[in-house]
Amino acid sequence: MEPSKTIDHAALAAEFNKDPERVDWHDATLWTVRQRRDMRAHQVPEWEALREMASQIKENVLSNLHSYLQQFEQNAIANGITVHWAEGAEDHNQIIYGILKAKGINQMVKSKSMLTEECGLNEFLGSKGIDVVDSDLGERIIQLAHQRPTHIVLPAIHLRKEEIGEIFHEHLGTPKGLSDPQELTETARQHLREVFLTRRAALTGVNFGIAETGEFVVCTNEGNADMGAHLSEVHIASMGLEKLVPTRQHMGIFLRLLARSATGQPITTYSSHFSVPRPGQEMHIVLVDKGRTRQLGRPDFRASLKCIKCAACMNTCPVYRRSGGYSYQATIAGPIGSILTPNLDMDKYKNLPFASTLCGSCTNVCPVKIDIHQQLFKWRQEIIKEGKGSAQKTFSMKLMASILSSPGKYKLSGSAFKWVSKWMPFLVKNKMNPWYRQRDMPQAPATSFKEWYKKNV
Amino acid sequence: MTTREKILKAVLENQPASTPPPEVFFFPQETGNLSDKFADTLISIGGRAIVVQGLDAIGPLLPKYFDTTRRIATNIPELAGTAGLISQDVDPHSFQDIEVMLMRAHFGIAENGAVWITEQLMGQRILPFIPQHLAVVISASDIVPTMQQAYQRIGSARYRFGSFIAGPSKTADIEQALVLGAHGPRTMTAFIVH
Amino acid sequence: MTVGLFIPCYIDQFYPQAAIATLRLLQRLGVTVEYPQGPVCCGQPMANSGYGHLTKGCDDLFTGSYSSYDYVVSPSGSCVLHIKEHMHPMHGKIYELVEFLTDVLKVDQLDARFPHKVSIHQSCHGLRGLYLSQMSERMAPAFSKPERLLKMVDGLELIDLHRSDECCGFGGTFCVSEEAVSVKMGKDRVKDHETSGAEYITSSDLSCLMHMEGLLKRSKSPVKVIHIAEILNHTEHGAQ
Repeated sequence: MEPSKTIDHAALAAEFNKDPERVDWHDATLWTVRQRRDMRAHQVPEWEALREMASQIKENVLSNLHSYLQQFEQNAIANGITVHWAEGAEDHNQIIYGILKAKGINQMVKSKSMLTEECGLNEFLGSKGIDVVDSDLGERIIQLAHQRPTHIVLPAIHLRKEEIGEIFHEHLGTPKGLSDPQELTETARQHLREVFLTRRAALTGVNFGIAETGEFVVCTNEGNADMGAHLSEVHIASMGLEKLVPTRQHMGIFLRLLARSATGQPITTYSSHFSVPRPGQEMHIVLVDKGRTRQLGRPDFRASLKCIKCAACMNTCPVYRRSGGYSYQATIAGPIGSILTPNLDMDKYKNLPFASTLCGSCTNVCPVKIDIHQQLFKWRQEIIKEGKGSAQKTFSMKLMASILSSPGKYKLSGSAFKWVSKWMPFLVKNKMNPWYRQRDMPQAPATSFKEWYKKNV
Repeated sequence: MTTREKILKAVLENQPASTPPPEVFFFPQETGNLSDKFADTLISIGGRAIVVQGLDAIGPLLPKYFDTTRRIATNIPELAGTAGLISQDVDPHSFQDIEVMLMRAHFGIAENGAVWITEQLMGQRILPFIPQHLAVVISASDIVPTMQQAYQRIGSARYRFGSFIAGPSKTADIEQALVLGAHGPRTMTAFIVH
Repeated sequence: MTVGLFIPCYIDQFYPQAAIATLRLLQRLGVTVEYPQGPVCCGQPMANSGYGHLTKGCDDLFTGSYSSYDYVVSPSGSCVLHIKEHMHPMHGKIYELVEFLTDVLKVDQLDARFPHKVSIHQSCHGLRGLYLSQMSERMAPAFSKPERLLKMVDGLELIDLHRSDECCGFGGTFCVSEEAVSVKMGKDRVKDHETSGAEYITSSDLSCLMHMEGLLKRSKSPVKVIHIAEILNHTEHGAQ
């Protein structure tokens, strides 16, 4: 197979930065979310202890996944839910198509599910003549605009209200120039209510599956998952197989952390627990692997599967806030996306672990304590070991390593000043150097510390 | 080998050595009146909290908060006089014109303003979600401090469907501007019965 | 107690005054300091670029030169963190200057005077790697080792920022490989210091300061950068 084309994060980020005013707005909007998270978390004195418990619960889940999956399946089946297993996107999409086809359904309403986004479900079903309407407001906006989400919790965070007004004017017939969020939301409410009332099938994501009981939990603020599921005759839930928690008692920990971390709410408006289908309703769970078992087998990276998709790491990431979600070209952007995607396609996503200053803020906000910035560092080592670094860089790094391992070679490589200017990539005295374009060079004084030390000490 | 077997095999081969689940601790909470804290939290997330002395007091209050010329529905038999008692056997789509739905909740949670309602109290599952306004009735003594006590209280009870509901349906998907009334109820009121 | 001083290459060349201040400050506090002149690098530039497997020679040279000292001290938090995490023989021995002053020497007063408005840039490696201060993301009691030291300096006025500990965007090779984002992060950080009214931005990491200085100079800002050692070693008679 041909290696995939590599995403050039830096170039896409530079494109985003051509409009500094938009970057400021994007940064400030997401920073507000981070501040709300801080404010809410500060109200919980046991916050750090909850994070530690959540982390350990997820470690227990990942290390006993084989038995929890079977326990969950068994209980779900006993509850009257049909459980399907999918290895990848094709399997997943075919299973869903099969369910809909058997019922003669050609229209479906769908609430937020990054997994179906990852699987390209809408496009697939579209090609089979099945129309899918995304019902989360942010997702509906970008669906109408034929875009992709840039954030896993706030899919349309890259758009300004005037741009959304324009999209609604074109597709939903609102007056030109309307940009008031209240009025735009009201328009979407009316438009989607019609959809909820007429769809026979609804698909939702899954936030948590409880092994002990076989029920699954779906969290939304808008109520769109419930509006879809309780009015339809078929409810399909797409679920990554890492989404399990052992018992209901453990759910208490996660629901204390999730919304506070995600949006700075004490809890999402709706946390719905689906256990038994309504009389006459079909309920399906599609359990999806899609690279997760491979990631589980990577000791350095398996902790990434603890993720509960709160996006706190994206909101706090100083790079994400200033490069925008599209610069990652991945369903899941930002720091967590940068440690999940190289597992899926290393050639395509090999630049993402380098799109970070390793500042570590992501690790600190993570409610399940994933060591995100450590994993970014480790992915860099992994990617270079796999031979994915540029030949030029590898050559210069080898030379640098050889010089640095012997003081003799260091002296032979010329005066120390020349050496620093040559090897510190940002200090090359050359107007083509990206350092120099917008930053002045540090000025070297006449005497280095080494020289001063020899003279004075 | 089926897909299921293939996946389970891969999981077994790749999962690390088993670690035990942690001991789940309950943390000391601020003392104080739980129902007051519940009310304050609910108000802070866009809800309404009204203290009443009994179920009888609810009916006369409705015109103050809602358009009672529209369909007011309930599944609480004691409120049959003030609201239309819902029939459980009808098509859920027929509830689309409900202006206000009154139902009981099992208990509330002080730290987040949520109430726990199962299908048993909803009647039909769509009923807390489809009306323009949701009003729940909850006893002042039925408030727990945090989500941990909430699940402790639920225990291993069997329910077919249940939801924690905290305030009105909302979205901030347009520039993070908070709008109440996304797809579900535009307001949520808790009548706290003392 | 004999301390081995580690001065990374870019400080040696571009900021010798910070290295001198570190040396003098330690000596004034009664510490015997030696400076073995072999190692110039901790290997971090290679490791952060994904070439950690090439740093063995560099590590060996470093540990060979420094393992005989009671402590190793460096005025660069970033290098110290790398050494701590990647060179096991240096464990418990290597200290960044600020933490050496507060945790080992337990300094509680300083003969220093610096009558200026100063804001602190928390370097990420110093903050989240070495825990020099409480991190804004954590729900835990506040503390700040650099602040504690700066409060001992006569005449110094500490200035608060809007974002107390956001990254400046230097990030090693990130500053050139992701130029656009790096510069934007740096500009935003610098603006926070400028609008808060600081005359000097100080830090225990010169790499961050070098980045911000590049931006300050380009925009002809009156705000200056200064390593924390230079402030702590500054008396009414100037640098000691």
